[in-house]
Amino acid sequence: MLSFRHIRTIIDKEWAEVFKNKMVLFTIVLMPLLFTALPLIMLYVTTGSTIPGGDTADLPEMFLSVCGQMDSASCMQVYVINQFLILYMMLPLIIPITIAAYSIVGEKTTRSLEPLLATPISTEELLIGKALAAAIPAVGATWLCFFIFQILIPLTGASQQVRAYVLGPTWLLGVLVVGPLMAIAAVNFAIMVSSRVNDPRVAEQMAAILIVPVLALLFGQVAGLLVINQQLMLIVISALIAADALLIYLGARLFQRETILTRWK
Amino acid sequence: MIRTENLTKTFALRKNQPPIQAVQNLTLEVKEGEVFGFLGPNGAGKTTTVRMLAALIRPTSGSAFINQFQIGRDDTQIRRSIGILTETPGMYERLSAEKNLSIYANLYDVADVKGQVEKYLRMLGLWNRRMDEVGSFSKGMRQKLAIARALLHEPRVLFLDEPTSGLDPEAAKLVRDFIEELKSEGRTIFLCTHNLDEADRLCDRIGIFKSRLIAVDTPANLRQRLFGRRVVFHLRALNPEWVETLRRFEFVKEVTPVDNRLLVRLDEPEQYNPVLIRKLVECGADLQFVGEIRHSLEDIYLQTLQAEE
Ligand SMILES: Nc1ncnc2c1ncn2[C@@H]1O[C@H](COP(=O)(O)OP(=O)(O)O)[C@@H](O)[C@H]1O
Ligand SMILES: [Mg+2]
Repeated sequence: MLSFRHIRTIIDKEWAEVFKNKMVLFTIVLMPLLFTALPLIMLYVTTGSTIPGGDTADLPEMFLSVCGQMDSASCMQVYVINQFLILYMMLPLIIPITIAAYSIVGEKTTRSLEPLLATPISTEELLIGKALAAAIPAVGATWLCFFIFQILIPLTGASQQVRAYVLGPTWLLGVLVVGPLMAIAAVNFAIMVSSRVNDPRVAEQMAAILIVPVLALLFGQVAGLLVINQQLMLIVISALIAADALLIYLGARLFQRETILTRWK
Repeated sequence: MIRTENLTKTFALRKNQPPIQAVQNLTLEVKEGEVFGFLGPNGAGKTTTVRMLAALIRPTSGSAFINQFQIGRDDTQIRRSIGILTETPGMYERLSAEKNLSIYANLYDVADVKGQVEKYLRMLGLWNRRMDEVGSFSKGMRQKLAIARALLHEPRVLFLDEPTSGLDPEAAKLVRDFIEELKSEGRTIFLCTHNLDEADRLCDRIGIFKSRLIAVDTPANLRQRLFGRRVVFHLRALNPEWVETLRRFEFVKEVTPVDNRLLVRLDEPEQYNPVLIRKLVECGADLQFVGEIRHSLEDIYLQTLQAEE
């Protein structure tokens, strides 16, 4: 039986500590702000200006299927704004990596894990507590940004079609489902990396490898190799579920009392 | 209370390197209310032993019990019923003293978190500093806080891993006095230390340990076992004939004259000293002082370890 009191205590402790760290706070506050402002600015700038010489003919052929009945200006905007969906998927990767890296490496260097492991808390409770403490702010911040984005989008003058698209299945899947799955992968990967290094920044950078596949999606679309649409989202979700299962398994194996005390250096 | 049987821990971390035998066949019993000193040099395996007994790492072989709980089987109950002061305090430096303790009170499922935290902050003289970040604390204060942390759930068994190492004499004394207080409350204490005076002052029994348990007994018995007991008679002047006079008593094992003193080795000075004193006075000796020569625990310790090698 998991003790919610133990899990709550760990989350509370993690937040009390983590939010005192300026580097972490900076990442958690600034990145979401940036990622909300950028797509809005982009939309504002491109609206009405019917991009000189801009024409759906310039778009990758594959992408036109996404636009369907849209007018060409809206299709153009959807193409541009679709790149920002990637940002929304990166937020729940970067934030938990930062939190988990600082938290685990911090506990290692101050040696605070040993007294913690001497309490009756189970390793599952501890791992879940740490994972939630890193994932909740990440998913929360992402969702909040998305919400603000939706509220402010009318101010940019984007067409009804564009507005309907960013509230459509592709974006909702990306933000509501892919986001949390990304956060879970990020936490477990960050724990694995952090068990090996003694500098949170190094851990952060190493764990940032996870961003590579996400960036691959972005460049894939720009290069016209793939289209970020509903089908792709479903594929991404399936792949993430598999990756999460693997990473949770590996993370939990590393997160055993004896291993932490004798192998983590 | 604490019972171990052939407890063994081997670390085999790297391939093609011989494994480290940190603890070998430790068999030991600590009774309820006893303060047991676990005395050994750095690297002897004290911390490893405590970690096994606190259910933090698994023994390679052998078994151990805390009360009726067996390590490896009832680990959660063991963690619940013991308190441990780890080698490094490991506090959350950015959090206040109070917050540090309340986190642990919750993890130990303490019913009255506020009450227990206040009790121990006051008892260890940290109440006025409770809102301060632990990062601003001195080493001694951190150690006191770590001791408070180990007591929040009122464990009857306490493991203290080198509680005074690295503290200045004043802070060390405070900690030692507090350990005596805990002892008077009848808690069972397993005290790892390489400080001999500390072990001598606080412990009912001492185990001298270096990977293996070399000797275990009360400090007084360890002294006697290794050196017998010696009494010194200070005289105004020494007449060499008296050496022979004393040697004639059958209970006297050895008499050594040194300047104006006679060193006498015998087993039961309580019983035989009066006889010797009477004899010396009869012979006309001016007896100034009589005393027992106590070997410091340091002598015992060094002697024991040396004998081992
Ligand atoms: N995690 C570990 N991996 C490998 N060797 C270890 C580990 N922990 C302790 N040791 C070794 O075990 C021996 C005992 O260490 P320790 O229990 O810390 O001694 P003490 O606390 O008495 O100073 C030492 O030789 C130490 O190097
Ligand atoms: Mg030690």
